Amino acid sequence: MISFSQVYKRYPNGYEALKNVSFTLEAGEMALINGHSGAGKTTLLRLIAAIERPTAGSIIVNGQNVSTLKSGAIPFLRRNLGLVFQDQKILFDRTVFQNVLLPLQISGFSSRAATGRVRAALDKVGLLDRERARPITLSGGEQQRLCIARAIVNRPSILIADEPTSNLDADYARDIMDMFKSFNQVGVTVLIATHDVELLGGMHQRMFTLSHGELTA
Amino acid sequence: MSVWFSHHLHAFALAFKRLAITPLGSLLSIAVIGIAFSLPAGIYVLLENLQALSGQFSGEPELSLFLKLDADKSAVAEIESHLDQHPHVAAFRFISRDSALEQFKEGSGLADVIDGLEGNPLPDAFVITARDISPETLEALRAELGELPLVEHAQLDSAWAKRLDSFLRLGRLAVFMLGGLLSFSLVAVAFNTIRLQILTMRDEIEVAKLIGATKGFIRRPFLYFGAMQGVVGGAAAWLIISLGIHLTDEQLRGLMALYDANFRLYHLSLEDSLSLLLFSAWLGWAGAWLSVTNHLWRIEPR
Repeated sequence: MISFSQVYKRYPNGYEALKNVSFTLEAGEMALINGHSGAGKTTLLRLIAAIERPTAGSIIVNGQNVSTLKSGAIPFLRRNLGLVFQDQKILFDRTVFQNVLLPLQISGFSSRAATGRVRAALDKVGLLDRERARPITLSGGEQQRLCIARAIVNRPSILIADEPTSNLDADYARDIMDMFKSFNQVGVTVLIATHDVELLGGMHQRMFTLSHGELTA
Repeated sequence: MSVWFSHHLHAFALAFKRLAITPLGSLLSIAVIGIAFSLPAGIYVLLENLQALSGQFSGEPELSLFLKLDADKSAVAEIESHLDQHPHVAAFRFISRDSALEQFKEGSGLADVIDGLEGNPLPDAFVITARDISPETLEALRAELGELPLVEHAQLDSAWAKRLDSFLRLGRLAVFMLGGLLSFSLVAVAFNTIRLQILTMRDEIEVAKLIGATKGFIRRPFLYFGAMQGVVGGAAAWLIISLGIHLTDEQLRGLMALYDANFRLYHLSLEDSLSLLLFSAWLGWAGAWLSVTNHLWRIEPR
């Protein structure tokens, strides 16, 4: 469950990224955040993961008030979130397998239990046969799927993706979106930011539209 | 418990990998630590050996008690019984003035001159071996016995031992100061290696933070790395000293044979060796800790 209530985010230079944003996404729901670039989509997602703190208002994620969370508790909040970043943040000095393994190492899984989970996650995104590959040898779509595998390997209750289909052609983008839908069907709460409205043509999803930091629909 | 263990195992393995992945850099850092530490530790070994050597040559320090010339037999007997009961006296022997004169005649070759003297100028004397040979108690004993009636003068023959002792004490102080200063270099080496590592691993640290790594998780491999580098550096210092002792010992054996003495150089004791390793590990850890606390907070996810 994600709940925003009168959230404002103003940067030190005076720029207001979010103004009075309120919405609730129930557990198991899926929603898209749509809006022009610079509308505040990324800021909104970053607030959920406590990468940034709101200037005002409260944000509840899984019953925890993120806006007042102590910094020592943030890592444990993030372990319950699957994050797919706009700039991917793949580590290119290690294999696909090791990239997906990292969240499990952080949670302290034994290597045997972790291996099974990593393979399961790679299988879900269709990268099982590339586990020994270096990320640099993957195509753009495959790199995106690697990010998704890393986000879901911890079996989070919430999956958050920032522009997961940017730079992908339509077929790949549809694959990715279908993947998110299938995660939602097994009970994961999914929130995706995208500016790609055309892609959403065939999708009947709940949608939030941000315009200049304000929620318009 | 198993999570804790798995975290530490992971950190240890990671630290080892980082150490092994840049063999030349690690080797140089370790050499710097080893050389820096072998200096004070080597001097320490030298001092220990010097002390052992002095023990071999001086034997037990003795205290000579010269009686007044007018002391008669009963006075001698009185002092004898006093020494017998004294708790600090291990053994003593009496040298009468007559036998002292005989010895002097034989030893000095001045028999004619001495025969020409009117009387015997030498006093009766006791030569005393103390139970406890530390300089302080010897000095106290000397002062006490010198106060006895009919005792003219009490003299320690171990003044040079005292000088050596204070020299060794000075040497040890120098070792500690040198050790303290060079410990600084170990901390600096660890600090800088870790700083470079953090800079090159910026992405990894950022990603780890974003997917839920605690500060401890990120910090741990660096701390292990520092401690590991320290311990291997300490081992390098130990090896340098071993090599030094081995080479010196060969030379020394020839020299000692000329003096008809049987003296072997001591190595660092097991206790000292372990202290050396532990201390260098701790310093490496401390340097890493300083570096991590200083640099890690600057890397916040963007």
